[in-house]
Amino acid sequence: MTTASLTYNFAYLDEQTKRMIRRAILKAVAIPGYQVPFASREMPMPYGWGTGGVQVTAAIIGPDDVLKVIDQGSDDTTNAVSIRAFFARVAKVAVTTKTREATIIQTRHRIPEAPLAAGQTLVYQVPIPEPLRFLEPRETETRIMHALEEYGLMHVKLYEDIAQHGHIATTYAYPVKVEGRYVMDPSPIPKFDNPKMDDSPALQLFGAGREQRIYAIPPFTKVESLDFEDHPFSVQKFSVPCGLCGATGVYLDEIVTDNRGGRLFACSDTDHCEERREAGHVGADAYARSMPGASGGRP
Amino acid sequence: MYVAVKGGEAAIANAHRLLADRRRGDRSVPALTLAQIAGQIALAVDRVMAEGSLYDPELAAMAVRQSRGDLIEAIFLLRAYRTTLPRFAASRPVDTAKMLIERRVSATYKDIPGGQLLGPTFDYTHRLIEPEMADNGIVAEPERREPPETTAAPRVTDILGDEAMIEADGIDDGEEPADLTRSPLAFPASRDLRLQALARGDEGFLLGLGYSTQRGYGRTHPFVGEVRIGEVEVEVDLPEFGFPVTIGRVRVTECQMVSQFTGSKSEPPKFTRGYGLVFGQLERKAMAMSLVDRALRADEFDEERRAPAQDEEFVLAHCDNVQATGFVEHLKLPHYVDFQAELELLRMMRAERPAEADSGDDRASEKEAAE
Repeated sequence: MTTASLTYNFAYLDEQTKRMIRRAILKAVAIPGYQVPFASREMPMPYGWGTGGVQVTAAIIGPDDVLKVIDQGSDDTTNAVSIRAFFARVAKVAVTTKTREATIIQTRHRIPEAPLAAGQTLVYQVPIPEPLRFLEPRETETRIMHALEEYGLMHVKLYEDIAQHGHIATTYAYPVKVEGRYVMDPSPIPKFDNPKMDDSPALQLFGAGREQRIYAIPPFTKVESLDFEDHPFSVQKFSVPCGLCGATGVYLDEIVTDNRGGRLFACSDTDHCEERREAGHVGADAYARSMPGASGGRP
Repeated sequence: MYVAVKGGEAAIANAHRLLADRRRGDRSVPALTLAQIAGQIALAVDRVMAEGSLYDPELAAMAVRQSRGDLIEAIFLLRAYRTTLPRFAASRPVDTAKMLIERRVSATYKDIPGGQLLGPTFDYTHRLIEPEMADNGIVAEPERREPPETTAAPRVTDILGDEAMIEADGIDDGEEPADLTRSPLAFPASRDLRLQALARGDEGFLLGLGYSTQRGYGRTHPFVGEVRIGEVEVEVDLPEFGFPVTIGRVRVTECQMVSQFTGSKSEPPKFTRGYGLVFGQLERKAMAMSLVDRALRADEFDEERRAPAQDEEFVLAHCDNVQATGFVEHLKLPHYVDFQAELELLRMMRAERPAEADSGDDRASEKEAAE
């Protein structure tokens, strides 16, 4: 046993493993939306906590990168804090909460509100990479369905939703078709974020550690959310603006403020919200809450 | 004020300090030593080594201590450490016929060359909590025997093999054994890969699956040909030497389950094998593993695959407890973005419901309230 003076390689993974992951990433970029099997390693955080995303980030990060980590759109959720601290420790890279400053953004469940730029890489943490999994649990079957482009089952599911509920009852992890070929799970982002994936100048990489899959959307790739001509895809719309920064057309968290039914709707993307507030935007609730008794306050 | 999860960093640091405090417990009570853990809760250490896929009792004892006795957590610690270790060779197949046997029982023969040895077993203990366990009484030295003249204890399957009553052992194809920690799992899996997955698999999950085959879900009519526990030598071929070199010994439990097979068009009736091999003294695990191994071989014997234990994809995809616990427990991570999306959808769907649907049928609304 050798436990004395343990040192880890840059970004934790050994170079052979990084090469193996990079090869998988290259293949994924070459076949947009195709799930590439890779020999996922056992990471020092649990499966389900983002081991796939962490491995992808570890394989692509360099000493000059600036890393941002978000969970539910926020830099301050505990798991985002933990993953950021992991890379600050094992890779000693600069970390940021600013979307614009980051070269790599690892995310769970959201795409930042600010448009991404060329040169940025968005790394998604993926729990179940297979969009067909809940229609057909067997990997052996779903791989054949992808190979034959046999996606009828998915359309039937979406149609049945409309027939039964009047709506497609999928609100997150809403399936997309990439460059007209592979149906892909965008990870459990709200469907609100789906349009941001389309034709993005940023590279989008998806890592599923437990399921041992990597897939990718290269920059400027067509990403369409599945829909029907008479039931076109649409995103969630909130009836109120962000209570803190007044933003509209953004995804909001609903925060329970008291036990009398009080609710605050605020930006899920905390960096976006802070940036707007620094620029002087004020939401109705921020004003009312920070200055009790003040009248008015609606921007 | 908007109090979303700011200050995560301090909260995490404080949680870790509290965890360290709770792990240590009452400071007036002496701390556990690694020797105490490895020596006195040795079977827990064995399980951690087996499912952690790393044979190192001291490291496993550290993991048990660090995890406060949560064995899946300890297995996880050992696995995460194992990932960082270099692989320098695959050993030669261990020869369990040459095992230094501590326990060996066969349910198929009354007596066998080498004898039946009960060894350190719970089997015939009366499960009465012993008052001596409350304090530190003197424990008598065990009875020891002189080492036998010949240590030959052929495996029961070899005895059956002499009569060609049982299928032959697998043939060594000369390939490196498969390793699911180095290449992604793909289906159908080779048997070596399946056995590796089962050897690392969760004891409880395999126990349940093995049990289910006994109750009719993929029945295989099993007999314990033999269970043996003891130390085996691990040999590697080093190119510089030109002959195998022993690099150490490991304690293992091996179970050979002998199952009925009534024959097919091309094969005469014969016994078939289910195989279990795990690090340490883990009889329950080795036996369950051998039942599941045999059940998974359904295709080889033209058996219809109908039960969960016969379903390779179901068994292999779900037998790993580090994966399972991660994905089950990740549900406690924040999901409020997705939950919000569902909340909005439900509100919209409820708003669109025609009014009579809610007022006209009382039973329907009662049911909804109950859900």
